[in-house]
Amino acid sequence: MYTFDYHRPSTLEEAEQLFRNAEDGIYLAGGQTLLPTMKQRLAAPSDVVDLAGVDGLSGIEATPERVSVGAFTRHAEVAAHPGVCGTLPALAGLAGCIGDGQVRNRGTLGGSVANSDPAADYPAAVIGLGATVHTGSRQIAADEFFLDLFETALAPGEIITRIDFPVPLRAAYRKFANPASRYAVVGVLVADFGGRIRVGITGAGPCAFRGTALEEALQDDLRPAALEQVEVPDAGFNNDLFASADYRAHLVRVMACRAVEDLMTL
Amino acid sequence: MAEALKDGIGASVRRKEDVRFVTGSGRYTDDINVAGQLHAAFLRSPHARARIDAIDPTEALALPDVVAVLTGKDMADDGLGDLPCGWLVKQKDGSDMVSAPHPPLAHRVVNYVGEPYGIVVARTVQAARRAAEAVATDFTEVDAVVDPAAAMSSEDIHDGVVGNLAYDWALGEQQATEDALAAAAHVTRLELINNRLIPNAMEPRAALGVYDKGTGDHVLYTTSQNPHLERLVLSAFVQVAPEHKLRVVAPDVGGGFGSKIFIYAEETAVIWAARRLEQPVKWTAERSESFLADAHGRDHVTQAELGLDADGRFVALKVSTTANLGAYLSTFGSSVPTYLYGTLLAGQYKTPNIFVEVHGVYTNTAPVDAYRGAGRPEATYVVERMVETAARELGRDPAELRRLNMIRPEDFPYDTPVALTYDVGDYEASLDKALELIDYAGFAQRRAAAAERGKRRGIGLACYIEACGLAPSKLAISLGAGVGLYESGEIRVNPTGNVTVFTGSHSHGQGHETTFAQVVAQRFGIGIDDVEVVHGDTGRVEFGLGTYGSRSLAVGGSALSCAADKIIAKGTRIAAHMLEADPEEVEFTGGHFKVRDSNRTLSFAEVAFAAYVPSNYPDDLEPGLSEKAFYDPENFTYPAGTHIAEVEIDEQTGEVELVDFVAVDDFGTVINPMIVLGQVHGGVAQGVGQALLEHGVYDAFGQLQTGSYMDYCMPRADDLPDFRVDTTVTPCTHNPLGVKGCGEAGAIGSPAAVMNAVTDAVGVNDLSMPATAEKVWRALQGA
Repeated sequence: MYTFDYHRPSTLEEAEQLFRNAEDGIYLAGGQTLLPTMKQRLAAPSDVVDLAGVDGLSGIEATPERVSVGAFTRHAEVAAHPGVCGTLPALAGLAGCIGDGQVRNRGTLGGSVANSDPAADYPAAVIGLGATVHTGSRQIAADEFFLDLFETALAPGEIITRIDFPVPLRAAYRKFANPASRYAVVGVLVADFGGRIRVGITGAGPCAFRGTALEEALQDDLRPAALEQVEVPDAGFNNDLFASADYRAHLVRVMACRAVEDLMTL
Repeated sequence: MAEALKDGIGASVRRKEDVRFVTGSGRYTDDINVAGQLHAAFLRSPHARARIDAIDPTEALALPDVVAVLTGKDMADDGLGDLPCGWLVKQKDGSDMVSAPHPPLAHRVVNYVGEPYGIVVARTVQAARRAAEAVATDFTEVDAVVDPAAAMSSEDIHDGVVGNLAYDWALGEQQATEDALAAAAHVTRLELINNRLIPNAMEPRAALGVYDKGTGDHVLYTTSQNPHLERLVLSAFVQVAPEHKLRVVAPDVGGGFGSKIFIYAEETAVIWAARRLEQPVKWTAERSESFLADAHGRDHVTQAELGLDADGRFVALKVSTTANLGAYLSTFGSSVPTYLYGTLLAGQYKTPNIFVEVHGVYTNTAPVDAYRGAGRPEATYVVERMVETAARELGRDPAELRRLNMIRPEDFPYDTPVALTYDVGDYEASLDKALELIDYAGFAQRRAAAAERGKRRGIGLACYIEACGLAPSKLAISLGAGVGLYESGEIRVNPTGNVTVFTGSHSHGQGHETTFAQVVAQRFGIGIDDVEVVHGDTGRVEFGLGTYGSRSLAVGGSALSCAADKIIAKGTRIAAHMLEADPEEVEFTGGHFKVRDSNRTLSFAEVAFAAYVPSNYPDDLEPGLSEKAFYDPENFTYPAGTHIAEVEIDEQTGEVELVDFVAVDDFGTVINPMIVLGQVHGGVAQGVGQALLEHGVYDAFGQLQTGSYMDYCMPRADDLPDFRVDTTVTPCTHNPLGVKGCGEAGAIGSPAAVMNAVTDAVGVNDLSMPATAEKVWRALQGA
């Protein structure tokens, strides 16, 4: 790790101010991506602004219409929250399969979503559920949020404060995990909003995206069989040692089918 | 007597050493700190192959807390020698293998990514790392040779090594084997790839070098499986310091699996730098350094042909292997794909004609050397994949085809066509027990039930043999070994009757402090808590050759048994004198010296005390009760057994789940069944890792693509089923304990068993390890 200045502000405004004043600042949320990167000397920020002390970023509110999760809420809290488990079990289940126990105890929703790691789980839920990302100054719709590999609609220094997930009639998330990293090779969340279907896909492409062709096929026929004839083109898909692009495309369909199967049992 | 039996031979005694390990009280190399210690970071090549044009340390030396930047040239100028390869392999034509010079710190050229070419020493770890990055090195890159299969037709990496060929080695009768294949009723042919593995001991390598300017003494604390060998090589070959001025201490060591046998650049550089700077220097590897610069394992490409007669009897096996040795010959790198591989190709079978040739090639990758099993997993993989494939091609039951060809108990001692003499075994006994445990007959039902769940179920066997207890010194030296392979043991009985044992074996997780104590306690009729086992320090233990090749108990334990014989013999003479009897009349049982047919006895402790306070004592006997023995085995030991795996494959994704695994092993006499079980579990987990998950991959430019746990997949608990493990016992015929060794068996039998199960489920024969989901899915598309 290179040397850096560490800050622990207590308000959002202070955090943003510290970020603006830094030569090459970075926010620290759960640190599950940032800290390993810094330890490997692959990142050398001048200032690390730790958001752990900022008031009002944690906590969960679950109502029948909406699950609102503070950006600093740890994955383990989401996975075990009775309200989330009762109202939106697909989100609790997704949070419960991120990384391993240590990661889930430290990693945060905001950190994951802001990073737009192509293999992270949460982006599938943000897209699949059509969530709204709240920052200090505005609201960003899920479909406008993820732009590319590690690239989002957030302005430099902008901090996610919470994410609101609309509660569908039912939803399910299926993930094919890389056996080494446990990141999603492909993760698919299918949500049924009563006649309106949304499909969020992570792992397959440079960032999470909607499976519009899958949505259309499921719109009239919410059964796995409906996906049999749907083309999943692999253009632009990720290609690595563990899984090539066409295999990922195949997995998108398989995981989508399995999510639909799960969903039909709900 | 009762107490001795409670924790003597055959008792599953809890491991004495585990209390300190699980409570964080162990003392590993990195835990040792000395006053004034400096810290090292290494300059490592970012290129797979390049010339070093210039190294400019100016900027680095100007940084705070930086003490020195030393390069390969400095080391060469100081007269240090190359790292030697300890086993000289003779080629087919009788000539010596071609050994490329291996300077500990590279100078002029670098030949793999991560190769150290300099050492930066500073007052803190951070300063050393920072300074290492500030050293400006000009390289001229050269095209790397990465693919072992293409190495012989690529540009030469080393001057004087034509076609990158270290050796062209062969064993067995070529003509007879080819004739038998030509006449065979059926020939099975297969290309088999044994995937490159990267060892991952829990504790990374570390070293602390301390030099005493006043006495000229050097002390090197390091993560070694064989500190005496390290001292020998560093003094005799590298010439760091004369042997009597160099002490090597391997304190608690957190796993080795072979990777800590070897004499590496970093440990060498640390002790050299400590002397040069006259200050202690310490280095502990980062995990990413371990991936790059620890010796890797396996990495074979093999063409094999197995001939069978009309009855299904094996008539010939011909094997041609290209073994990737990496950029340099590591300490035992030359012997692993030859004498530890070719000699095992008879397996458990009476195949009369076997011929193996091995091309050992250099590539611009990390050196490849022994890794748990070392050559024997590769041999088992060839034999057992071939046998299973032959059975499928002929429509024979794989278990019965094996049984038909097995060496039978009455055939021992059995001379194989590949130079070994198996002393004893009962291979069918292990096979039968394993078939029963797995419920072989019920497999068809289990397969049908799996199919209903959308899963393809497969079963696979592997009947392995290994040669352990390395090794008869004369034989090993005649085959090119640079050292003998005996072991030393010393027993000091203290005046109060407890015992300090010194062994040249080294425990880095195996539990010797318990098992060796059991062996000695049993002999003396004392409790294991009265036996202290000392190992891993050339300053305390007279000599030793360390721990590898499942040799510790068979060779090191036998040495202790021989030393115990001497203690008992001397004790008998002391007791006879004190009991006023003839020594012939005195026997030692249950911890007491006793005059036969009388009630006159002395305890072990009473005799020990008398030896050190010799008032009533034989005139012709020296005081004291301390004996040592060097034990040189007369043959290898031959653990063998049957492993059976069952897998289920998800047809849609290609994911393989190992659902059942049975291992029945014959390790000879078992000292501690619980520890043996643990060794089998760990070995099987590593073998399953090789079969399903692990793969060290370089890209075309020689950059390691699997340099962290994000990409290099180690097996975890949830990748494994509950293993079902049992043993059969035919005691080794030629060592005093009847033991054979159990450290590697799990990793030797399991890869072939798992891959036979996977290929059975998929319905293809040519599928390579690791059987990752995509690979299996593609095979399913083509099957």
